[in-house]
Amino acid sequence: MSRRVALAGVGLADNGKDHGQTPYGMLAQASRRAVAEAGLTPADIDGFGSTALGTLAPIDVAEYMGLRPRWLDSTAVGGSSWEIMAAHAADAISQGRADVILLAYGSTARSDLRNKLRTGSLDWGSRGPMQWEAPYGHSLMSKYAMAARRHMFEYGTTLEQLAEIAVSARFNAAENPQAQERTPITIDDVLSGPMIADPFQKLQCCLRSDGGAAVVLVAEDRVADLPSKPVWVLGSGESSSHVSMSQWEDFTVGPASVSGPLAFQRAGLTPADIDVCQIYDAFTSMLLITLEDLGFCGKGEAGPFVADGRLRLGGALPTNTDGGGLSACHPGQRGLFLLVEAVRQLRGESGPRQVAGAETACVSGTGGWFCSSGTMILGTR
Amino acid sequence: MTSPAKRFDLPTVELETKPYWDAAKEGRLLLRRCASCGRAHAYPRPFCPHCWSEDVPWEQASGRARLYTYSTVFFNDLPPFNERLPYIAAVVDLEEGPRMMTGLVETEGVDLQLGMALEAVFLPLDDTLAAPFFRPALGKDTT
Ligand SMILES: [Zn+2]
Repeated sequence: MSRRVALAGVGLADNGKDHGQTPYGMLAQASRRAVAEAGLTPADIDGFGSTALGTLAPIDVAEYMGLRPRWLDSTAVGGSSWEIMAAHAADAISQGRADVILLAYGSTARSDLRNKLRTGSLDWGSRGPMQWEAPYGHSLMSKYAMAARRHMFEYGTTLEQLAEIAVSARFNAAENPQAQERTPITIDDVLSGPMIADPFQKLQCCLRSDGGAAVVLVAEDRVADLPSKPVWVLGSGESSSHVSMSQWEDFTVGPASVSGPLAFQRAGLTPADIDVCQIYDAFTSMLLITLEDLGFCGKGEAGPFVADGRLRLGGALPTNTDGGGLSACHPGQRGLFLLVEAVRQLRGESGPRQVAGAETACVSGTGGWFCSSGTMILGTR
Repeated sequence: MTSPAKRFDLPTVELETKPYWDAAKEGRLLLRRCASCGRAHAYPRPFCPHCWSEDVPWEQASGRARLYTYSTVFFNDLPPFNERLPYIAAVVDLEEGPRMMTGLVETEGVDLQLGMALEAVFLPLDDTLAAPFFRPALGKDTT
């Protein structure tokens, strides 16, 4: 059996600042919206994937929603887990192991910090490979900052070019009423902000949000019954690199350099065929390096590549059209939000932020600190 | 009596890594070198991550390294790092080949440049543990 697979429904919770919801509640709210949009009911769901929530993910949240799935995934490799689980789900549907798979995420990272349920910096532990970094306080931000510094050193990339990525995200967020931060910013605003992990100022780093998102994948047999326009999975790829920064060979090359070419090859497309991109931007350097890894420009060229406003709505390569993790929503893992925005763009239902005539999208999630990557190519045909 | 605040900078010393931490306490940086393929590796494992040989004797590193990249950290709310801000997180390439995560110290007045020569310096973490950090090897460039 080999069936084509479509994204049939997507949903977001009431995201952004603290709405007093629980992560489970936000996940379920997004799920109800996604399933309703697909014209389906809970009884239609035979597969379920979720991660980063619960003791035995994804069962805790499946139980909360009254689901007893017979296909499961809980890939736990950071924010890219969602592109990777979507690929696994597409394979499972293609092979007939499931017909309808729901992927759902929820997090209250923002209100948890305010309510002192978590720390700002995360504790990764001190056992096994983590014992080699425990003494040195390599914060998540510093890891991305170190990659940015190396890229600047090797290729002459400037802080202004990196800042343009944050400015572009905010520019796009202005057209998204659901975005958390919509006030326009300038490169000077970014560079004059408080330093978090040199060379990164605060606006080079993502927001901290509460958020939920959900996506429903279905077999082609179901597509005729759908109320919404199907968006097809054309190809996907996944890869892992390192967890210890010491085991990363080249800080200017991320794991999308493997997942990206695999996804494009399997889709039979090239970066030149892509109309709109949703690429994980927890930090400006994450997007910068991933653009090169995916092949949208050559290695070392992303600084000048983004500097002309190319990533903005109306630019040559509209990217993170909802405002991304830098301006729209970043609740801890953003991977699923990338798929939601890509589907909405390809359906042509994005209102003032719609990329005219978008028929192909590249979605690429990065997990951890360039530890993992999942890339998925979507299309309207 | 109040219990001390949890601190996040102490490695969990394990049987397979105890020689490394014991040596660090004595001011020596250890690697393991594969007798089969000849490559040194860090962090140390009881086998070679390149060829999976189990013949990987310990070897003392020179402590000389080059700065691969760094970041000065201005935000970290985990003790004891929250009391040290700003401090410098770094990744260095050891003369013997392997790369390691570390911190830079004694950098006052030094214009930090990627590629610059560094030397190991061992700092106590608590009464029983010490860890290798690196400082600029000024005037001792060994290129
Ligand atoms: Zn070997």
